[in-house]
Amino acid sequence: MGRGGEQRMVPRAEPRSYYGEPVLNGPVWKVPDVPAYLFLGGLAAGSSLLAAGADLTGRQVLSQRTKLAALAAISGSTIALVHDLGRPARFLNMLRTFKPTSPMSMGSWVLAAYGPAAGAAAASSVTGIAPRCGVAATAGAAALSPVLATYTAVLLANTAVPAWHEAHRELPYVFAGSGAAAAGGLAALLAPGEAGPARRLAAMGWAVEAAAVWRMERRLGSLATSYEQGRAGRWMRAGEVLAPAGVLATVLGRRRPALRVGGGAALMAASLCTRFGVFEAGRASAADPAQTVGPQRERLSAHSPT
Amino acid sequence: MAPYLSELPVGWLQPDGTPRRMGFFTDTSVCIGCKACEVACKQWNGVPDDGFTFTGYSYDNTVGLGADTWRHVAFIEQTAPAGDVRWLMSSDVCKHCTEAACLDVCPTGSLFRTDLGTVVVQEDICNGCGYCIPACPFGVIDQRTGDGRAWKCTLCHDRTSSGLEPACAQACPTDSIQFGPLDELRERAAARVDALHERGVGDARLYGASPDDGVGGAGAFFLLLDDPEVYGLPPDPVVTTRRLGAMWRRAAAAGAAMAAVVAVAFVGGG
Repeated sequence: MGRGGEQRMVPRAEPRSYYGEPVLNGPVWKVPDVPAYLFLGGLAAGSSLLAAGADLTGRQVLSQRTKLAALAAISGSTIALVHDLGRPARFLNMLRTFKPTSPMSMGSWVLAAYGPAAGAAAASSVTGIAPRCGVAATAGAAALSPVLATYTAVLLANTAVPAWHEAHRELPYVFAGSGAAAAGGLAALLAPGEAGPARRLAAMGWAVEAAAVWRMERRLGSLATSYEQGRAGRWMRAGEVLAPAGVLATVLGRRRPALRVGGGAALMAASLCTRFGVFEAGRASAADPAQTVGPQRERLSAHSPT
Repeated sequence: MAPYLSELPVGWLQPDGTPRRMGFFTDTSVCIGCKACEVACKQWNGVPDDGFTFTGYSYDNTVGLGADTWRHVAFIEQTAPAGDVRWLMSSDVCKHCTEAACLDVCPTGSLFRTDLGTVVVQEDICNGCGYCIPACPFGVIDQRTGDGRAWKCTLCHDRTSSGLEPACAQACPTDSIQFGPLDELRERAAARVDALHERGVGDARLYGASPDDGVGGAGAFFLLLDDPEVYGLPPDPVVTTRRLGAMWRRAAAAGAAMAAVVAVAFVGGG
């Protein structure tokens, strides 16, 4: 049946395949390593941006705690990335080349620059040693944060996996919003006395992420099923429920510690769920030969009407 | 000039002495499904078994290309409405793309292009990041279990750099797999398609032979007798990195938006 109950004259044929086997070899990245790596990178980026803003506006508690959060998150992210490698001992081979065509290479260089900056910013803040270095490190970490939060979207989109590649327009906004919301929730929890910017960031980050996901799923058409069904669908829906609940709890939790903690945890969990959802959507998409063949067939028949 | 080049046959060299681009033409119309290519590849390259599974897919138990299957013979049994049976066989292999996504995305430089124009993994460099695997639009390269690194066809880099043809091509008893300078192979393949059309085999078509396709032309291309997807091949693959500039611009815009949102968040108290 077609739209509006009209009978389709010729039923749309399921794309042909080789015994239903995938055309692509799907991502071999490990779970939870890579979703955690994506989540923690975004959390670190949002935290470093908050730290810079806190320094500029004289919020000392917010500054120190977001710097520590950024350091913890980026450490976890790097460990997850190294652990995911097939040959972890060869991690440093990532820095053999500088390759703009490889988002993994660019990301490694960003990590190599951002990690020490985040570490120096946190160390200087806690110890009070070398405050000028601390200012420079804070600024450096903040300057790298936008690319730290979004390069992972390019990393996934720059593959043959249909649900990732065709989402290349929206994924950077999904990841930027998700990282901002998680960092906002965590900072509101860690520095309740100076948490105004964190609460506002959590709300705006969620709005950006939700709008980007909405747009992505509409634009993807039939490929969107990868994000809506199965394991990926459950992760995405969990994120979509947890994020607004987390924003609400964070806003209402100004004077209620329990609500604040719950809100921060929900926002971080939501961000993690989104990353799991996007990752699982890619695995499902790569495993389905129809998602690879269907759009390519449509492209071919659009170009040659015979 | 590197000393080993002197070992290359004259026919592999351009007039200036540099090597020509070498590749495969796999003519599936004469494939008999003997799997000599699979066996020769395993033997020469020391490729481990990929599990002894029974699939029920006609005579195919290796299913597709991967870390431990560098030549894969597909078997497709088709029944025409009249009841006639057609048995398609095709030996698949790495396409050694002109625009190779695996090579583009490799962060370590482990994947490189040889002077014969082929794409090869340096196994002492690969750190098993796995990025090349979902980047390949053909599902060729994969991670070896228990090893962690990515493996695929090298177009017998060790043999070809000494002037020998790849093991699969040498073992093929029907010359379904032909190795040679790519421009010569393309001419030969076009003539073969014309000949088949004249003989009434209207289904014959080339796959991966055009330099204008989405990967800039494959270094290993095919003559097929049905749609590519029937053999497990993507009908219109496009190398992902063609859109990479747009992707980076989009990420930069999203990153700037994130910084702007943070700045806005600091407007106000609390």
